[in-house]
Amino acid sequence: MDAVEARNLCKSFGPVTAVDDVSITIPKGGIFGFLGPNGAGKTTTIRMITGVLIPDAGSVRILGTDVHAEPLTAKLKMGVIPENGTVYSDLTAEQNILLAAKFYGMDKDNRVQRAGEILDRLGLTERRNDYVRTFSKGMRQRISVACAIVHSPQVLILDEPTTGLDVYSRRLVIDTIRHMNREGSTVLLTTHNIEEANTLCSMISVINRGRIVATGSPENLKKTFDTSRYIEISFGQPVEPGLFSAPGIIRAELWGDKWRIYTDDPDQAVKYLASISEREHLTIISIATSTPTLEEAFVRLTAGV
Amino acid sequence: MDWKTFFRSILVITEKNMRIYYFKGPVVVFGLLFPLIMFLTFFIGRDLDLILFFPGFLGMMLFFTASSVGPLITPWEKREKTYERLVSLPVILESIIIGDLLAGAIFGIAITTIVFIACAWFLSIPLAHAGLLLLAFVLGSVAFAALGTLLASPTTDNPSNIMMLSSLIRLPLMFISGIFIPLPRLNGSYFLLTSLSPLTYLVDLFHAALNDDAFYPPWVDALVLVAAIVVFIGCAKVIQKRNLVKGI
Repeated sequence: MDAVEARNLCKSFGPVTAVDDVSITIPKGGIFGFLGPNGAGKTTTIRMITGVLIPDAGSVRILGTDVHAEPLTAKLKMGVIPENGTVYSDLTAEQNILLAAKFYGMDKDNRVQRAGEILDRLGLTERRNDYVRTFSKGMRQRISVACAIVHSPQVLILDEPTTGLDVYSRRLVIDTIRHMNREGSTVLLTTHNIEEANTLCSMISVINRGRIVATGSPENLKKTFDTSRYIEISFGQPVEPGLFSAPGIIRAELWGDKWRIYTDDPDQAVKYLASISEREHLTIISIATSTPTLEEAFVRLTAGV
Repeated sequence: MDWKTFFRSILVITEKNMRIYYFKGPVVVFGLLFPLIMFLTFFIGRDLDLILFFPGFLGMMLFFTASSVGPLITPWEKREKTYERLVSLPVILESIIIGDLLAGAIFGIAITTIVFIACAWFLSIPLAHAGLLLLAFVLGSVAFAALGTLLASPTTDNPSNIMMLSSLIRLPLMFISGIFIPLPRLNGSYFLLTSLSPLTYLVDLFHAALNDDAFYPPWVDALVLVAAIVVFIGCAKVIQKRNLVKGI
């Protein structure tokens, strides 16, 4: 049984199609990233998966439970941090966590103990009795995370959990996501931070204009755009572009005082550049190879936005 | 349906509403001060029979207190961006509507009971039928808390818009509900207009309970209030469901 199984989700707002036939399957245990530019349909998809928004078509199952047929049972299995949602500023940090725990039916002793543990983990023990309205954005987001994980959810869904956070809060949130995953929670998160997705996620889907345009592991997605590998080289002497006409070299572009040599075989290209430099008595000032990044894959996948 | 989770969600939402919204400015002003000021404006310094008009005052008090909490909750939560989080918790739309309704009803019953006990103590208010008084308290508070929840349903994240709409609806109701003029003295189109207001039937039920001088039989009053509850909750559910579909 998969942790999240969304099938053929569609949602339109008036004439605008926000999500168009999106299907996602997330097996248990992993951290799944959902990437896309602004307005691509990430949040709308997440809102349908969490039962906040009713889809025009399609279905969502959380660990086998249909979110729209049995919303209460499905929601008990989830912990959610909505992008546009925050905690109650008129309650203290601890009161917010205890309130969330009550919704999940935890008994009093368990609620208090778990709230203490989480406040400690998120570095907020000293502020537990302070009203959230006195908190910074980072601290509020940590309380939001605390409310989502208080019941140790089987599926943790986070919509842009680190956007706009300071370094300390961001690190705490990411550490907590990793910790929850180690404890057995399957994680689905959306993020704008591609490096974050690269280091955190075992699987990524890229959504653009309401449709999934690619799904795979970060490394596999990078390999999809292997042709964007390049070598940056600068010489002590001016050289002509014709010098780079060789097997394995796709094209060469002048970038400032360097040449960027695009290749699908860096090994062969580097060996060629070394031999041609020797033959033409050229001095190599610097040389560096670059592998495609997830950011490049993302930009290519969502090009034209 | 997971009934245990459903009832739990209602209770937790009610508790949350009581803790957060009972002491908000708009609730205190529109729920407590406003009916008190209206009472003082119309009754103090005038040679009116307080025993005759007390059921009307009690009806007005319950009407304003019970309907003052509901209109604030959803717009306030949308403005503060806590609504999205609430909806993502193990709750359904019905839990939110009933939780908001109960918070308003409990507020209405609590405040009006205090006012009734104080007035009964100082003014020697008669009590003809205690059972009908209890019925009036329960049906009236639930009916007008449901009205409050309905008033909160239009899409907005600005509580003052809803409070304005709420006043726009509640104030005229107060004047066409037999509070200031007893029903037997009304006739023609004014009587017809008065018959359309659910508040009329609450005031009439209070007349039956306190003075035993009701215009309608108590079962008619009770039936109309039950119908009002069903209509208000039904309309609130339809509007809020539509909002969820539209994602607003």
